[in-house]
Amino acid sequence: MNNTSTFQLDGTDVPFESGQTVMQAALAAGHYIPHLCYHPEFKPHGSCKLCTVKVGGRTAASCTMPAEAGLEIESDIEELNALRRTLVQMLFAEGNHFCPSCEKSGNCMLQALGYDLEVHTAGFRHMYPDRPLDASHPDILLDFNRCILCELCVRASSEVDGKNVFALAGRGITKHLIVNARSGLLNDTNIALTDKAMEVCPVGVILKKRVGFKQPIGERRYDKRPISAQALDDAPRAPSGAKHE
Amino acid sequence: MSEKKKLRVATTSLAGCFGCHMSFLDIDERLIPLLELVEFDRSPLTDIKHCGPCDIGLIEGGICNGENVHVLREFRKNCKILIAIGSCAITGGLPAQRNHLDLGDCLTEVYLTEAGLAHGHIPNDPELPLPLDKVHPLHEVVKIDYFIPGCPPSGDAIWKFLTDLIAGKTPELGHGLIEYD
Repeated sequence: MNNTSTFQLDGTDVPFESGQTVMQAALAAGHYIPHLCYHPEFKPHGSCKLCTVKVGGRTAASCTMPAEAGLEIESDIEELNALRRTLVQMLFAEGNHFCPSCEKSGNCMLQALGYDLEVHTAGFRHMYPDRPLDASHPDILLDFNRCILCELCVRASSEVDGKNVFALAGRGITKHLIVNARSGLLNDTNIALTDKAMEVCPVGVILKKRVGFKQPIGERRYDKRPISAQALDDAPRAPSGAKHE
Repeated sequence: MSEKKKLRVATTSLAGCFGCHMSFLDIDERLIPLLELVEFDRSPLTDIKHCGPCDIGLIEGGICNGENVHVLREFRKNCKILIAIGSCAITGGLPAQRNHLDLGDCLTEVYLTEAGLAHGHIPNDPELPLPLDKVHPLHEVVKIDYFIPGCPPSGDAIWKFLTDLIAGKTPELGHGLIEYD
């Protein structure tokens, strides 16, 4: 085996191509690293920190870290999973994530990560922020209560749709998702149902109206399979036979 | 069978809908083997009004009024292990959807200004527990040892959790049993 093109992830050799990040190489090789703001089709953001791994004893976001030969990386260890659990708990406590009435329930990455990491409670004091909905658009509902500030819709709208419909405003705890219109309302933007920004929300912020419960609760994406298995199916895989190891 | 001391279990619903209790009953005929391991103290099954010394307390529902706080503290004082069961106990749940509204506005809307009300008034019988300004999950008021999420958690999840616990293992739910909805 040519050890210039592999790194070690939890003791297993992972092959990579030059230019790949640790996350890309790991997913392509069938190794799951938990993540929320990472999406295979977008430039990594490195903000949710769920994908934090230990490299030579130091922590790094695996979605932004370039793969390098010979790296020794730890990911699926209790120390990191405990930190990931805490991150998920803080996200739940910070917004209004009321799964029983959310139409994204079962298709939600935040919820699915909670399941996968065995998060039984948010633990912290819930903040119950007041975040009014934007129902101005005839076909699209924005429920800001669930926003985790991953910027996937921001990235999709600017990088793919070329529209810049969404942005984040404010800093720290006051940071929030805004809509790029003088009125601040979605109906006054040129967003379309076919936009990439409509597909990428990992939680239940950007919703198509009138289809919410078409797919019954209990028969949804992460009801059937844990996110750790589903994410590997979704990742671009290394073409078979293309590797010479 | 009878030499082994049974664990004493208390259950109650605070700001909940008794859905978690209904789900508990969904363990169906497994109630019979369970009753060989546990006996019930305060619970809707026994109609005992106050919780005595217990091994396990199961509480559904969050904290929305003064009485809820008293009952929760009574459970905490008497139960060696206190378990929050269901979304309302763990997150405040449906009742907590009023948390971003003013309580006075809620009462006014429901009892005074809503269409179709004639001579409405906000209930003020001294026997009624006073509502709290905000609804809280249990862990914000007392220490909670375990949480069984779900709205409600399935009978299978409750069974798995309790049997793990009674067997002295760290309770785990796993995919399919851990649900928040």
